[in-house]
Amino acid sequence: MEHIPLNFPFLAAALLAGVAFYIIIFKRNLIKLIMGVALLASAVNLFLVALGYRAGGNAPIYTDVPEGPMVLPVPQALTLTSIVINVAVLALMLTMVVHIYRHTGDIDSEKSRRLKG
Amino acid sequence: MDSLITHSPALIVALPLVAAFAIPLISRAGYRVSNTFNLVIFSLIAFLVAILAVDVHSVGIRVYTFGATAAELALPGGYTVPVRIMFEVDGMSIFMGIIITTVTLAALIYSLHFLKGRTGQARFYSLMMLLYAGMMGLAFTGDMFNLFVFLEIASIAGAGLAAYRTNMADAVEGGFKYIVISAISALLVLFAIGILYAQYNVLSIAALAHYMQYTTLDMMALGLLGGAFVMKLAGVPLHMWAPDTYTVAPAGTTPMILAASYTSMYALYRMTFTLYGVHIDTTAIGWIVIIVGVLSMFIGVMMAVHQTDIKRMMAYHAISQGGYMLLGVGVGLAVLADPVALANYGRDAINGGIFHIINHVFYKALLFMTAEAIFFRIGTRDTNKMGGLARNMKWTAIFYIIGALAISGIPPLNGFASKLLIYETVLKFNPVLSVIAMFVSLVTLASFAKVFYSAFTGPEMPAYKEVREVPKSMIIGMSILAACVIFFGIFPGLVVDTIVAPATNALINQASYINAVMGAVP
Amino acid sequence: MLSKIVRTVANQLILFILIFGLYIIAHGHLTPGGGFQGGAVIVSGVVMLLVAFSSKELKKSLRERFLSIMESTGALILIGLALAGIGTVFAYNFLVGTSIFGRIPPTGPNPGDIWTGGVIPLMNLAVGIKVIAGLSAVVLAMALFVNGEEVEE
Repeated sequence: MEHIPLNFPFLAAALLAGVAFYIIIFKRNLIKLIMGVALLASAVNLFLVALGYRAGGNAPIYTDVPEGPMVLPVPQALTLTSIVINVAVLALMLTMVVHIYRHTGDIDSEKSRRLKG
Repeated sequence: MDSLITHSPALIVALPLVAAFAIPLISRAGYRVSNTFNLVIFSLIAFLVAILAVDVHSVGIRVYTFGATAAELALPGGYTVPVRIMFEVDGMSIFMGIIITTVTLAALIYSLHFLKGRTGQARFYSLMMLLYAGMMGLAFTGDMFNLFVFLEIASIAGAGLAAYRTNMADAVEGGFKYIVISAISALLVLFAIGILYAQYNVLSIAALAHYMQYTTLDMMALGLLGGAFVMKLAGVPLHMWAPDTYTVAPAGTTPMILAASYTSMYALYRMTFTLYGVHIDTTAIGWIVIIVGVLSMFIGVMMAVHQTDIKRMMAYHAISQGGYMLLGVGVGLAVLADPVALANYGRDAINGGIFHIINHVFYKALLFMTAEAIFFRIGTRDTNKMGGLARNMKWTAIFYIIGALAISGIPPLNGFASKLLIYETVLKFNPVLSVIAMFVSLVTLASFAKVFYSAFTGPEMPAYKEVREVPKSMIIGMSILAACVIFFGIFPGLVVDTIVAPATNALINQASYINAVMGAVP
Repeated sequence: MLSKIVRTVANQLILFILIFGLYIIAHGHLTPGGGFQGGAVIVSGVVMLLVAFSSKELKKSLRERFLSIMESTGALILIGLALAGIGTVFAYNFLVGTSIFGRIPPTGPNPGDIWTGGVIPLMNLAVGIKVIAGLSAVVLAMALFVNGEEVEE
């Protein structure tokens, strides 16, 4: 455990965010776009949970807690709210893509555009 | 009555939520019952906003802490850091609240007749109430995480409304673009909130402003927040979603989605003026805001001139007028550190920018409603196919003329007052910007005159012989906004002194915002 | 619709998933979990039923009207509990000092005392009801939509 640098979760979050932005900007398939947004959400959630870690900390539950520091509970609450909101957003996006496919028969973002100019 | 005023920030956000979830139950009893319920609850909410506005303008900043023994108890006994969720209503917040409530009232009355014959009516009003609750929460919030939650509520409800007409292909496409952009920008805001929490361990805006030391990580957070809010308010170069979404939203909901964009602009000002305030290099940040404003003005109006779809043209004009607001407030931000220039023209520049927000929302909402009225009767938005409608749709033509004159800045309507403030103050700052602003105003007038000639005047087309005027509820909705446009144009001084000047004072005066929460903490 | 074996097993398993989800909802103030998490577990059971039986079959059992009423009721209970806190202002609040509001239990495990959480377990139940109804409606609507039918109003 000592070989892993302490800011490893933050590097992982940054890498996920980079991959997510690459997918959102450069891919044309609408389903891949939605997956990119889901990856960005995962990156931000990982970043928030990793913020609260204190070295050698215990879970922030008061009953029968062993001695030592506790990890911060507030980022965990923020992450829960963020996960719930992202579930709603992803459901909405997926339903809209199914509607677009029904109307235009294509889920390529170049071919299914009707509003131009 | 006193307790009603004390608890009104919470009730203003809680009552629309009650309405949003009660409407699917009540609408089973019939269409008249549910319309009456909507109007009664919304009048109650508008009354609460009015008494809160009178109170904030006379007494000062009002803080509401959730779950404390008294509403103003921001620091419970023994604490030095505010740890509870709170709403903090100052002059700028209640200014946005007045705009949002008026536009929603007009949209609610306008939509009463519009939905006959469509399914899912209960869900439509639920989404409108949720959008209203999200926008008011965003305007009143006093801590960062509530900003994120209410921003997402407003985005999801707005996207659901924009894609409401699922039988048309372009409606769903507009809604999809809106939700993708909103999701990305909200995730960037959450990232910045994480960075700020990691450094200072507080989430409340006043406490963060008190403890802020401007490190490199804080600069990154400011960049993320600025980028996210520019994405949401459709500033160039991140404006691609706006023409599509504003075009396809049904009935009175386009003005509400517009109001959501300007509430994001309010959030941007809250971040730069209040959260960071004295620590940032205001000249550099001010110039960035000015450049985004000038680009929006110019590109918006250039793209609008050759559109044939009437609502898409109005959407590009909305982008360009947003540039005016950014220009005015950006000039004020750039001279914030220089007290002589601030007293000379900086304060008036911010006055002009903020006054333009309320003017723009009113006349642009009026214009969008006339375009939807035309679409309701003749079923197309293409100006090449319209002609000679002024014979049959007299009221719509009159409202269109009022809106077009207001947007071009012709006296005595309200656009003239705010644009004159912006021209004069920006001239003292940098003359080139003022010349660009006046040129953009000229091109705006030209494009609206072109559409008026092609749509309303001219020989009567045989296909439109039986087109009648739109129903009464739609005319009442439009006339509320037209009355405001004319009133604000005739008495601009009164409006600036009563509503706009307290908002400007609230933005410039960061110390009073912090003291309302932190009290006398050293 | 999948084979007979899958359908029988799904019919038996939904009971255990329902109990597990309700356990997570009810103990939200003591163990990790709560309203949304328990609701999501139960909806995963509904998805299992949706896959085992086809969406046309499930539409006959889970009617849209029932889900809509359940969702609105859950949300209104939640907002009612939240607004009960400022009831002192407009009427005499008889709930202060009872086990729901305003009583601080002693630290440590309190065996046998089910009101240690105050108003939070009730809110968890309300959110759980709302999430079950809402997410089931979403999942059912998407499954029907992909198969080419619509949810009737």
